[in-house]
Amino acid sequence: MNFSLNDDQLALQQGIRDFCEQEFPIDALGVLEKTPVTRERWKQLAEMGVFSLRLPEAQGGIGLGMAEAVLVFSELGRRLVPGPLVWSQLAAGAVDGAANGDTIVGGLDDTHPTNRPQLVEHAGVLDAFVVLGRSGVTQAPASTLTGSDFATPLDPLTPVRHVAALPQGAVIGDALAAARWRRDGALLSAALQLGIAETTLALAVEYAKKREQFDRPIASFQAIKHLAADMHVRTEAARAAVYAAGATCDDAAIGEAARAVSSARVVAGEAALKNARTCIQIYGGMGFTWEMPPHYFLKRALVLEHAFGTTDDHCELVAESVGA
Amino acid sequence: MDLRYSDADEKFRSALRGWLAAEAPKHGAPPPRDDWDARRAWDLGWQRKLFDAGYAGVNWPKAYGGRGATLTEELVYYEETARAKAPYVGMNFVGLRHGGPTLIAEGTELQKQRHLPRILRGEEVWCQGFSEPIAGSDLAALKMAAVRDGDHYVVTGHKIWTSFAQRADYCELLVRTNPTAPKHKGISWLILPMNLPGIEIRPLPTLRGESDFSEMFLEGVRIPCENVVGAENDGWRITNVTLRFERGTAWAADIIELTQFLRDMAKLAKQLTRDDASAWEDRALRRELGHLAAEADALWALVKWQIGEVQKTGVPGLGGSALKLAFTELNQRVYEFGHRLLGRAGLARDDFARLPVVEINDTFLNTLSLTIAAGSSQIQRNIVSERILGMPREPR
Repeated sequence: MNFSLNDDQLALQQGIRDFCEQEFPIDALGVLEKTPVTRERWKQLAEMGVFSLRLPEAQGGIGLGMAEAVLVFSELGRRLVPGPLVWSQLAAGAVDGAANGDTIVGGLDDTHPTNRPQLVEHAGVLDAFVVLGRSGVTQAPASTLTGSDFATPLDPLTPVRHVAALPQGAVIGDALAAARWRRDGALLSAALQLGIAETTLALAVEYAKKREQFDRPIASFQAIKHLAADMHVRTEAARAAVYAAGATCDDAAIGEAARAVSSARVVAGEAALKNARTCIQIYGGMGFTWEMPPHYFLKRALVLEHAFGTTDDHCELVAESVGA
Repeated sequence: MDLRYSDADEKFRSALRGWLAAEAPKHGAPPPRDDWDARRAWDLGWQRKLFDAGYAGVNWPKAYGGRGATLTEELVYYEETARAKAPYVGMNFVGLRHGGPTLIAEGTELQKQRHLPRILRGEEVWCQGFSEPIAGSDLAALKMAAVRDGDHYVVTGHKIWTSFAQRADYCELLVRTNPTAPKHKGISWLILPMNLPGIEIRPLPTLRGESDFSEMFLEGVRIPCENVVGAENDGWRITNVTLRFERGTAWAADIIELTQFLRDMAKLAKQLTRDDASAWEDRALRRELGHLAAEADALWALVKWQIGEVQKTGVPGLGGSALKLAFTELNQRVYEFGHRLLGRAGLARDDFARLPVVEINDTFLNTLSLTIAAGSSQIQRNIVSERILGMPREPR
């Protein structure tokens, strides 16, 4: 056993980190509001391997596993890269053109009790739409998603459309496949949440070191330092859990993958929400302004809370495993 | 990123599992909480059995009686002892979890040979003489005076909150060997034999009502100079080695035990009846239990992550502060959950109606000490924010 990242994993992480820092600077998040997702950027993400990462090499993919996917997705989360990233990654190999970025794939889990009313993310830019049902996975052209776009979505980088009914698509996977999409989707979401926890911690610490009150940086006050320490602890626990779940999905001999994923999703989801809130608190009055970045992270964390099972759902799944 | 236990680890696991299944039940029930002679015999007796079977000091060097195995096998050992509900480390905590490890990292050859095998064989109990009435969180302010007299230190002063002092053979003793140097520069770490003349121990009953806690008064106690660990006046550095063990790897076993305890609580909830249904039918209860278990899972993953760091340096890193902070606070929430699950049965402190009242209530009360010991949660937050996150230091 050696939990540390190997050289290939470190290189992969650094590559995607450099790309995201270059292409998605935090001080330009507002610029993305008008068009959060463009085809050009989507193709760039595809070229970085974001979608084809886990597709076998024989099918034109990179042939890596969930251990690597969580590294990539936590980097995307750190920079709030917008778009249906998780759905498009899950769809690689199952929906034509998903892996190379030609087809932008979105989706919805139709079995979740909170999915009425039906709100679809990024509907305006989608090419294909996937539905996870009880009996399997279906795919339909996105043109069938008729409804009205909200003028002001909660997350300014995640537009949403209220659709009257989900399309009746063609079957592309059975119930087992649907379960696998749910599990993998939950873990990729947890990795995005981990990224949010990491960045909001870094932003809060950086801001607190610069901001002066009472003639001292506010970072020197225990009241602030202890908030930051708790953010750090949540982030460390979330990172360990997300990485461990990635490795467990790749190798059944390590443990029970579903349990590891749900545990990771619970702690990462909380780390994202609590760190984002604390970040706003540490920014003080500036934290409540639109021009400062923390609110974007909080809003994305809220979007992710409703994807692939809520924190409460995953708590129950963990409990089932504990009580089994 | 390889989280798979090796074939050798699994072979070790299966042999250990078989041995524990046969031996743990034979060791019998723990003695009553105030029967200190019996508790010492029970704790040390179990340690001796572990030693005889080759399971003592799993990652300690073979030269001193350890198994000389990897830290990964140590993790397997913790997982299996938790699973088998084998006896807790008890009075052996200080010796096994941080006293011994400090000697392995910093002790002289003589000190290692003298103490390590005896700790592993269950022949030596250690206690920790760090805190003083005026030096709690500000540990480096400690005043216990050690004056050199030939090849001895003559030590006088007052220690407090010392667990198991009245049953310990040795003590990790921090003393001031240079009263004029800045406070961090005049401290030495000594091995104090508890049978020396001039030591008075006064029990200090804990909120559990037990007298495992003590004050220690030393009056002209003569400690041989060869008992200093590390150099004279380098004790603060050695202290931090001890504390890194105490904050880092020392809790690994307790973290995996949380998961085992929650498994037991799920079983208990299925047996308890609430409103004509089992308590397990209560969705809020399941969510709370699942939430706690998810956090325990994450901390176990964090232990594995930090083990990687220990393997590189031999001593746990600063990350131990984050782990200790997270574990001790989760620990309180987990056992408080257990207490609430007992309902009004939890008003007692004796087992009845086939409910594990003692285990739950006594352990819960004990969890209140862990956010204070080894540096309070507030001190850990200072360490994390200042030394990991690089925020400015408090004025001190």
